[in-house]
Amino acid sequence: MSKDLSVPPEIPKEDSRPKWDNKFQYILSCIGFAVGLGNVWRFPYLCQIHGGGAFLIPYFIALLFEGIPLLHLELALGQCMRKGSISAWNSISPYLGGVGVGSWMVSVLVSLYYNTVLTWVMWYLINSFQEPLPWSMCPLNENRTGFNEECYRSTAVNYFWYRKTLNITPDVTESGTLQWWLVLCLAACWAIVYLCTIRGIETTGKAIYVTAVFPYLVLTIFLIHGLTLPGATNGLAYLFTPNLNTLKNPSVWLDAATQIFFSLSLAFGGLIAFSSYNSPTNDCEKDAVTVALVNSMTSLYASIPVFSVLGFKATTDYWDCLDRNIISIINEFDLPEESIMRDNYTAWIGLLNSSHPEKIAGLKLKSCDLQEFLDQSVSGTGLAFIIFTQAIIIMPGSQAWAVLFFVMLFCLGLSSMFGNIEGVFTPLLEVQIISKSIRKEVLSGIICLISFLIALCFTLGSGSYWIDIFDSYAGTVPLLVIAFFEVVGVAYVYKIKRFSKDVKCMTGRKPNLYWQITWKFISPLLLLIVFLAFVTLWIQKPSSYAAWNPKYEGFPMKEEKVYPPWVLAICVLLAVLPCVFVPLVAVFHLIKQMCRSKDSSFVQPEVFSCQGSSINFSHPKESIPIVSVCKKK
Amino acid sequence: MIIFVFTVCRISNVLLCNVTDRVSFWFVVTDSSKNVTTVPGSEVEAAIRMNRNRINSAFLLSDKTLQFVKITSTLSPPVEPSTPVWLIVFGVVLCLILAGIVFLVVAGIHQRKKKNKKSTERENIEEKCEVTITVENGIPCEALDLKAGHINGVFAADDERFTSL
Repeated sequence: MSKDLSVPPEIPKEDSRPKWDNKFQYILSCIGFAVGLGNVWRFPYLCQIHGGGAFLIPYFIALLFEGIPLLHLELALGQCMRKGSISAWNSISPYLGGVGVGSWMVSVLVSLYYNTVLTWVMWYLINSFQEPLPWSMCPLNENRTGFNEECYRSTAVNYFWYRKTLNITPDVTESGTLQWWLVLCLAACWAIVYLCTIRGIETTGKAIYVTAVFPYLVLTIFLIHGLTLPGATNGLAYLFTPNLNTLKNPSVWLDAATQIFFSLSLAFGGLIAFSSYNSPTNDCEKDAVTVALVNSMTSLYASIPVFSVLGFKATTDYWDCLDRNIISIINEFDLPEESIMRDNYTAWIGLLNSSHPEKIAGLKLKSCDLQEFLDQSVSGTGLAFIIFTQAIIIMPGSQAWAVLFFVMLFCLGLSSMFGNIEGVFTPLLEVQIISKSIRKEVLSGIICLISFLIALCFTLGSGSYWIDIFDSYAGTVPLLVIAFFEVVGVAYVYKIKRFSKDVKCMTGRKPNLYWQITWKFISPLLLLIVFLAFVTLWIQKPSSYAAWNPKYEGFPMKEEKVYPPWVLAICVLLAVLPCVFVPLVAVFHLIKQMCRSKDSSFVQPEVFSCQGSSINFSHPKESIPIVSVCKKK
Repeated sequence: MIIFVFTVCRISNVLLCNVTDRVSFWFVVTDSSKNVTTVPGSEVEAAIRMNRNRINSAFLLSDKTLQFVKITSTLSPPVEPSTPVWLIVFGVVLCLILAGIVFLVVAGIHQRKKKNKKSTERENIEEKCEVTITVENGIPCEALDLKAGHINGVFAADDERFTSL
């Protein structure tokens, strides 16, 4: 009948969605997103204030019942739907579309301020290439007889942070001016983010090999070095000595639950975006457990060098305190040098107190207590930019340690930024108008440019106060709300049975009882309790902030100030804005539905399901190679 | 600027008093040219302040080990290079980043051009193939809907006698 076709075999048009180069890249991206600055500067602090080793108990319970189930849920969702957060939630159910929009909104807000923290890290990094380090000495005053007053009354490290870096204003209402050095660093940071995310996962996938692996290298180096420092064992003993009495305090459990939740970067939409680029047959259950465990192990691993260095610093401060007292006593009593040493200090003090009590009292000696120095616990930027930098000055070869430390922080933050930007970028790419009219490179450039311009606000004098506001209000409550609706939406709207079938379809085995119970009951309940507890504590404590005011009487202590009403309004707006989309979109669809039901000729569109991906596909022209993946099994 | 030059003419009247464990001494400077009067304390203080370094090195001591009571040492300012070091490092970093961005953008444009060329080549091949496409009874295969057979009404008067295609 028909002649032999000499047409070359038809090349099937491949699914145009980008893919990860290999599984390792995907896992590394998820780990890089989850492992961030919080693992280094929040977890060790929590461990310390909540009874050391005892804190691990609520932490691992929260990991088991909240962290891993939610992580599995998000990864499975992204892999199944193969779309970004907004479209994925729209596919689950149009009423849940608001969840996707909410998480997109949170990703936007967090990206804005997170990169400014990286700006500070970069500023310290490029200042680490000098000898001596600029934060090791105070600048002189005008007549060169002494040091700058603000610096002298606090410390050189504090001065460099508050004055030379932030140039902080004494009040959040005083905006100050744009600090040009921070603007330059901010531009550089956004340029780096643009460079790495220019083509989405094609470029971040290459960059992640460096940014996700390098911090582990540096942590190991610091671990080895930190353990050799004098006084390191004091810090470690302090960290790990379990104090089981703290477990009676409910705030410990709350801190554990919130730490696990925020540490895994859940509800940002970034994880959904990452897993949407996977092949549907990927084992998302194993991935979820792997990522969660690696994240927690990293937190533990990071706390060892951090506390070795803190112990070293506390011991050195204690010795300095002793030395200063010794000098004043020697000067006062005209004793020969080296008559009083650190180890016989207490004996001498006792002797002199009994023989010349008035003279000793007149010296106004500061009481030196090692425990007190160890108790000075700080988290967040204070740990990295004040405490750690002070410890680095006293180490031999400080420039190298400073450079290593800040490069590590930069890599940690950058890999988390990739996840944030992916959470913003991927949903935008799925909006038809945008993906057809603008190229990927241009879209990512526009995102980075707009974010840079908005983030200029954080380089003002009051910028760091605003970052604290964003961190406390935009990066906390909305995430809890969105995660709650995520779990409830999948468990009760999409139905657990259907979701289990989808997961079985992808991985080949049905999720076992542990997943069913946690998804259906335990995780939503835990999230609800955490959310209520969070809001209750929030309302009870008056919203105040600590301002750096050189004119304050108690300087160098920070001044406690209250937020003015307009700032409070912005705080509430930041917290409410992402959450409000959830009910808004649901109501919008409800109204649409009611209008449509009046028009009886309208046929209800079939809700998307993983298994029906072969039938219900929006692009009939393209033939998809994954068509019968489920049916084969 | 007044430069005080210490010319020790003679050391006289060394008295021992207030013996302490440490080496300490009180001194008075007299100016022999001005009727052996003592030089006022403030002038001596100013002189010491200016020549602290020389006095220290004479005794092989430093500001921390030789203390003049009530005279605070003038501190030397830290060395500041003309261009702040951080600007140089920043310049290097920024140049690297910009180079990277330019490279990626240009590479992307090249790739797109190559893809466009390939797709136009493929279209050309397909067009050529269309010329050699099989023909069935003078009608090109594409025009025929091979999935569903057409029943030629002229020949199949009665559908049931013919097997369906």
